[in-house]
This record gives sequence, C-alpha cells and structure tokens, in this order.
Amino acid sequence: MSAQTLFEKIWRSHVVEDKEGSPPLIYVDLHLVHEVTSAQAFEGLRIAQRRLRRPEKTICTVDHNVPTWNRSKPITDGVALQQIETLQKNAKEFGVKLYDIKDSNQGIVHIIGPELGYTQPGQIIVCGDSHTSTHGAFGALAFGIGTSEVEHVMATQCLLQEKPKTMEIAVKGDLPFGVTAKDLILGIIGEIGIDGANGHVIEYTGDAIKQLSMEGRMTICNMSIEGGARSGMIGPDITTFDYVRGRPQAPSGKAFQKALEYWEGLCTDKGAVFDKIVEIEATHMEPFVTWGTNPGMVAGITGRIPELSAFGDDADKTAAERALKYMGLEPGDKIQSINIDRVFLGSCTNGRIEDLRSAANVIKGKKVNSKVYAMVVPGSTSIKKQAELEGLDRIFQDAGFDWREAGCSMCLGMNPDVLSAGERCASTSNRNFEGRQGKGGRTHLVSPEMAAAAAVAGHFVDIRDWE
Amino acid sequence: MESFTKHTGLVVALDRVNVDTDQIIPKQFLKRIERTGYGQYLFFDWRFSESGEPDPEFVLNDLRYKGASVLITGRNFGCGSSREHAPWALQDYGFRVIMAPSFADIFRNNCLQNGILPIELTEDQIAQLSTKANGKLEGYEIAVDLELQSISDGDGLFMDFKIDEFRRYCLLNGLDDIGLTLLKEDKITEFEHSNGII
Repeated sequence: MSAQTLFEKIWRSHVVEDKEGSPPLIYVDLHLVHEVTSAQAFEGLRIAQRRLRRPEKTICTVDHNVPTWNRSKPITDGVALQQIETLQKNAKEFGVKLYDIKDSNQGIVHIIGPELGYTQPGQIIVCGDSHTSTHGAFGALAFGIGTSEVEHVMATQCLLQEKPKTMEIAVKGDLPFGVTAKDLILGIIGEIGIDGANGHVIEYTGDAIKQLSMEGRMTICNMSIEGGARSGMIGPDITTFDYVRGRPQAPSGKAFQKALEYWEGLCTDKGAVFDKIVEIEATHMEPFVTWGTNPGMVAGITGRIPELSAFGDDADKTAAERALKYMGLEPGDKIQSINIDRVFLGSCTNGRIEDLRSAANVIKGKKVNSKVYAMVVPGSTSIKKQAELEGLDRIFQDAGFDWREAGCSMCLGMNPDVLSAGERCASTSNRNFEGRQGKGGRTHLVSPEMAAAAAVAGHFVDIRDWE
Repeated sequence: MESFTKHTGLVVALDRVNVDTDQIIPKQFLKRIERTGYGQYLFFDWRFSESGEPDPEFVLNDLRYKGASVLITGRNFGCGSSREHAPWALQDYGFRVIMAPSFADIFRNNCLQNGILPIELTEDQIAQLSTKANGKLEGYEIAVDLELQSISDGDGLFMDFKIDEFRRYCLLNGLDDIGLTLLKEDKITEFEHSNGII
C-alpha cells in the first residue's frame, strides 16, 4: 500500500460505505453533546420515533450557558435554564451519560473529553461545536457539525461526509523563549488567513509541535477552525500516550497495550502526499495580540496596528477599516499602548491546568491593575479542584482575580459573563468577532501569560520582559 | 427538508467578506430549543441599534430590499461557529439562495441540510451581481434553476454554477441524510461486527 497520511489512515479505517453518487459514509467513535446544539436534534429523533443507535458512544455536558458563579444559586435566566433542563430530560429519556451542572466532572465539552480519557488516538470524534478540532491533538479526526448532523449521528452513529483535503503545516525550528502554543497558532492564522485552510484537515508537524505538552497541542488544534480548517491534528507520540494512560475512560491493562500497538502506527508515512503544504518558521514567532475582529488580524507585541495601505485587497482594506472603527483603534497605534478594562482567562482554548499555572506564575505576588476587572474560569470542575489543591486559586484571588466555576463563560458570553459596549478585554479565548463577548465589546486574543501580565499592567506588555 | 428546484426572487447584496455566524445570529438567541422563529434575530447587532431601532445604514433595512430571498455576499461567508441557527435564521427571514465566492465548510453543510442553496461563483461574478442589486432602484430579481444549474435575470444575464451532484439530488428531492443512511443499516451493522464494536 502506498504511503498514507495520518488523516488517510483514520479516514480509511472508518469508511462504512464509499459508493459513487454519494459522499462516503463514515463511522463515529465518540459523539460529544452540549445544551446549545442538541435540543432540536433530540426533538427530531422523538418526532421520527427514533432512538440513539449507540447511546454508549455519546456523552453530554452543560457548558455554554451555565453561570459561573456559586453553583448553589439558582439559574436566573429562564431561557438558559429551559435549555439546560431540556438536555437533562433528553439525556434521561434517551439513555445518554450526562455530566450535569453539579457533577464533579462537569466542564467544557472539549476539556472533559480528553480529561476523562474518552478522547483517544485514531478515533473519529464529532460534536455540534466548531472547536471539536481540539481533540485532534491526540491524533484523532475531530470536527464540528451542525444540529441536523448531530441528529444524524444519534440515529445512525455515522455521517455522510465529503472527504476533506489534507494540509501539512510544517513548523520549522524551536519556539523562542516566552512564545507559547497560543502565540504559534495566532501566528499561523495570521499567515494563512482565516479561510486559508477551508476544505482541509491540517496536520501540524515539526519539532516545535512535538515539544509541546498535550495542553499546548490542544490549544493549537482547537484554533484550526479559525483558519477555516475542517479539523487539525497532531500525530500521537509518547506525550500523547502518557497523557491518556490511566484516565478513567481510557483502556487499561492489556487493553491499553493492545491499543498502544495500534496507536503507534498512527503517523504520516514517509513520502505520503498532502494536498497543500505550508512552512512556518517557529523562530519568527513572538507573543501575539489580535487587534481586529477576526483571529487573523494579529500583530506582534512589539508591533503596531498595520497601516491600511498594507492591505492589498480592497475588501480586506474595508474589513480592516471597519474592524478598527469597531475596536476604537487607529492604524499605527502601538500594541503596548492599548489599555484594557477586562481580562478573561479560560475557554476550551486556554482553560486547562497548565494555562492556569502559567498565568498564576506571572501574577504571583502582584496586583491586578485598579482599572481592570479580571476573572479566571477554569475549563472544568476538576481543573478547578486541581488548581485549588495547588493553591492557584489563592494566588489569583490575592492578586484580585475573580475565581469562578467551570464553563464556556465569556468566550462567547451566552451566560451572564459579558462585556459591556466599549469595554476592552484581553482574552485567552479563540474568537474576537464583533459582539462575541458582548454587544459592542472589544476582544483581544492573547496567551494566558500575556493576559495575566496585561491584568497587572493595565495594558499589553511583552511577557518576555516580565519580572 | 423542503425541496429546492427553481427560485425567482429579489436580490440583496451584503458587501462584506468573512461574515461570521456570530453576526448572522448572535449568541443570546441560541438558548431557544426550537428550530423556527430565528428570522427576527438575523444579523441582529447589525440590523438594530442599541435602542432596538432598525439601523438605516444596514442594507437589509433599505426598503428596496424588503422581501429579498437571494443574498449576495463576500468570500468565506458563515465562518466561525457551527451553529445551525445561522441557516435557520436566514431561512426564517426568507432567504432561499446565498451566493458568495466561498463559504465556510460547516455553514455550507448546514445550509444543505435545510433546503438553502449555497452557490459559489467567482469574485467577478459576485461583483457583477452585487453591482446590479445595488444599482437598480426598483429592485433586482434573478431566477435560479437547480435542475439546469443556471442563474438568469430579465436583462439577458446568464450564469452557470456547479454544485455537488449528490447534494443537488437531495435538494431537488427534499431528501434528508438520515433517511438515506438508515437504508444502509445492514452495512453499518456489518462495520460494527467487523470492528468488534458489537
């Protein structure tokens, strides 16, 4: 057999049927479900009197619109409450495991999947959520789907999918000091553009990628969708296997050894061909800050907001002009002179324990600037517990951060955590779209370290000079 | 799913690139558990001012385009979140056809699951249609024929477009994927047996 990419190996092993005249039918190993994109799918099953084909391959949690304040308080948003209660009812009626709001394993769906060991190399994983690409960090093929497709997976455990193209993003060299996985992915999106990977599944390769922890790899794969990719993936290795080993839902004992033999073969063969290759110089990366209203509008921390003449295309120039007006910024403004009002530390991009540790390390013994309101929203309830065991909550609270319960929170502001119009936020999340964190709110995407430093300084600072 | 064969309708041009699903339908409207009723929230933050009044600057509020059912827009339309509420809102508002130089992958899939026809044209073709839509005071209408894969207007304009053959078949016949896949149940069971799933 000819040399195959990692994607090709996973795809081929999941094809149920591939006949002319119809897209391939592929089998789904793991279906993740949350409250926002599932109610209409369950209702569809109910109307058609269908059940889930393999309920044991589906897990649910509530993350998008749960409040992050004290969980003993009732939910005051009646519409959000109805959506949460609907998932509770549906999970019960259809016999699906739910990590409910007070469960010790509740959390953002893309955080608890890996954390509990559901996410494993070689799987096909789907969820009614575009950031499903996160799970690709394990060498899985993971992608977001719409609610109609959610219903399709529930009813059939399969999906009709056009085979995507493949794209290698080859990261050359090592990441410089002070440059994180978040900076690397922001830098990549800045280079390829927000539709640079449309129609493709990205495989990230190179030493800089292999040197990343699983947390860092998840940050990279998570934001693949912001470059337009169908999914992002990283070949599994010893870092991956060590992370998966011992997790509650991972295979154990002999079953783990057997799985390991299979996982070790999940790599792109030498000589395998990608449809597209992009080379990125890791050594050119620096801490990045987004200045506009999409994740491709990035500038280095030592840089300035680009002049409009830098945009060759009229449509891009108009978009940049519009973005700057929305953001209340001018071409040529220094990134480090941008003052902030809020800091949000969390999300499926950067709400993991390693992110909290890095940010805590930056602010230890310091105080949040008097003009800034800063909050930490751990990605899962167990991350929150772990952070508390390590005393990170004390470090954050002593510095003046608010310490919250787990959820998606202000990444998309579906719960009560939102920006007011005109408020400017340093955010570790994944999207800086207009109104994403609240109507009129201004979002700058950064790494956890950069967000923490900005909280203290009151404006963006170069983390490489931090003392 | 409602079938799509031919459609003639008023065109409106939203001349912006990279319109994301957060703009198509902002998150505060995703808490509902129904599939319908989202049209009133379409492009909400662009359509309405802080006080809830229609913003006269936004193209959909121009009376010339009232009742528009064909949307012409810039590249990478529908990027961002996977929310199917985006096509639900477009459809509920009255759109049946969206034309752009490119679409985000999940958004395009979601349209096709809901009987909305996403048509990819070249940048030049989009510019041509947009100029016509913006220029005509009495409103610009075009006819889209999915069977022939063609677009025409009363002024002699004629364009071909391409769409995946399978998706065309499903749209023409109003077929949704679940019904089709359930016909292959024996294949799925066979796959599950040979992979030790059951």
